[in-house]
Amino acid sequence: MNTSALSVSERLYRRRRFRNALALILSGLATAFGLFWLIWILWTTLVNGIGALHPHLFTRMTPPPGEAGGLANALFGSFIMSALAIAIGAPIGVLAGTWLAEYARRTRLGEAVRFLNDILLSAPSIVLGLFVYAIAVKPAGHFSAFAGALALALIVLPIVVRTCDEMLQLVPNAMREAALSLGLPQWKVTVRVLWRSARPGIVTGILLALARISGETAPLLFTALNNQYWTANPVAPMASVPVAIFQFAMSPYDDWHALAWAGALVITAFVLLLSLAARWYLHRTRIK
Amino acid sequence: MTAATAILTSDRRRDGAAGDRAFRLLVGGCALLVALALLGTALIMAWGGREAFTAFGWKFLVSTDWDAVNHRFGALVPIIGTVTTAFIAMLLAVPVSFGIALFLTEVAPPWLRTPVASAVELLAGIPSIIYGMWGLFVFVPFMAAHVDPWIDAHLGGLPLIGRFFSGPPLGLGMLTAGVVLAIMVIPFVTSVMREVFLTVPTQLKESAYALGATTWEVAWQIALPYTRQAVIGGIFLGLGRALGETMAVTFVLGNAHELTASLLMPGNSIAATIANEFTEADSELYRSSLIALGFLLFVVTFIVLIAARLMLRRLERRRGLA
Repeated sequence: MNTSALSVSERLYRRRRFRNALALILSGLATAFGLFWLIWILWTTLVNGIGALHPHLFTRMTPPPGEAGGLANALFGSFIMSALAIAIGAPIGVLAGTWLAEYARRTRLGEAVRFLNDILLSAPSIVLGLFVYAIAVKPAGHFSAFAGALALALIVLPIVVRTCDEMLQLVPNAMREAALSLGLPQWKVTVRVLWRSARPGIVTGILLALARISGETAPLLFTALNNQYWTANPVAPMASVPVAIFQFAMSPYDDWHALAWAGALVITAFVLLLSLAARWYLHRTRIK
Repeated sequence: MTAATAILTSDRRRDGAAGDRAFRLLVGGCALLVALALLGTALIMAWGGREAFTAFGWKFLVSTDWDAVNHRFGALVPIIGTVTTAFIAMLLAVPVSFGIALFLTEVAPPWLRTPVASAVELLAGIPSIIYGMWGLFVFVPFMAAHVDPWIDAHLGGLPLIGRFFSGPPLGLGMLTAGVVLAIMVIPFVTSVMREVFLTVPTQLKESAYALGATTWEVAWQIALPYTRQAVIGGIFLGLGRALGETMAVTFVLGNAHELTASLLMPGNSIAATIANEFTEADSELYRSSLIALGFLLFVVTFIVLIAARLMLRRLERRRGLA
């Protein structure tokens, strides 16, 4: 009897050990599974992209099928629209984040706006594109780079609001009290003291927002559309790298596919380096 | 002299008060803009879709028609495509994310945790169009050559569930789209799960270890119940992403407006339909139907995201900030 009780507990013990070992191995496998896709995707992009990389990429316009060309106009368009989007989205985002952190902290209204901002943060980008189509493209009667930038700004906005809000909340209250006790009006305290001490975080947020919009395709499809030629006109349709990639990759032509891969490599490298740089910048300023 | 100083300070004070009022209005107005952007999106989409809603009524939701020539549109095929692909994605992404989060919080040696966590986050940074291209040029041929024939041969003949798994080895289709979505969603769900597992108090875990619990028992019986709500919130956050994802799905789904049971057949999703057809829509009703589809997508993701945020709230509070 004594021995059988021992064997029952022994069996239970073995089963628990076995389960534990199995779970730990599975968790390791899950991690390997996740990293496997990362490596596969990056490797594919790198190999195909490098094969298609050519100086013409940066100097020539997007070609018609069968001709050699580059992505110069698309790169320029992406640059213009991203810059415009940041110029629209970042200031509004910083100000709105300031309101959340400094004027509406722990109020019902503030909580509600913060909540809506979080939803906007994960709203499908194609829906934002449709929204901008309805308010900026349809009334104007034509597609435009400005509409594209507006759609991208709607993606920038919640990211900046959130980081600005969080970073300002991290500023110690002693700083506010010290500045106010010097007789500064609150707005000056905010602009001169709080923004300055939250600056690394806010800049990081803006850089991450830039990384996010540089690869966005869906909201540009029916706002900025596409353009085969070089243009700096903000009220005309404008090319962008992601939309050019979409157009070229979906086409049946091999030379267009090669251009799409080159564009994919440029975009991926830019986005990943930018987000690494943003994190590094924040890390460095934090340590100081 | 003192009088001048007094006037100066009172001037300053008045400037300060006026400045404060103006600044307060400015920042408050910007915050209002954020709220308006979201509410405006909902209203504008509902308004843009009104023609489709009035023309087809409730039948819009259950009709499989998608006929641009005869102007008959129904949302059922894209709705089913969106739901199916998102479901496949979550089926794959949730256990994998849980495994990675477990690995990163309990299993891996400390020196390995940060690099692996950063690598998984890198996966979230890759633009969705890259997933789409990789899916179309690399993953679709791979599925067509290796996975689809195997599934068709081994599962396609089964009674009842066989019809979900039989079909030609096209590579394109619901299953492929679901897998690509899963890869895109994994980093998001993982990072929420990892963060919430880190909030489990050390005393709680150590008490369990002291009683002789294994690592797995601590994770499954202590950490998971303690963080259940936030974990579900993270899963919903991933689901919201999977439902609304456009470009990756557009590449690998096959753009076919046909209702099939088979996961190996091409289909369509709401987002992919809009992306493919919006600029080509040649009638007001066609365009309105696409906007109505967008409205449906918005409403569904809105509900999912609200649920996610409500469940994640406790975590944010516990975490304090950042």
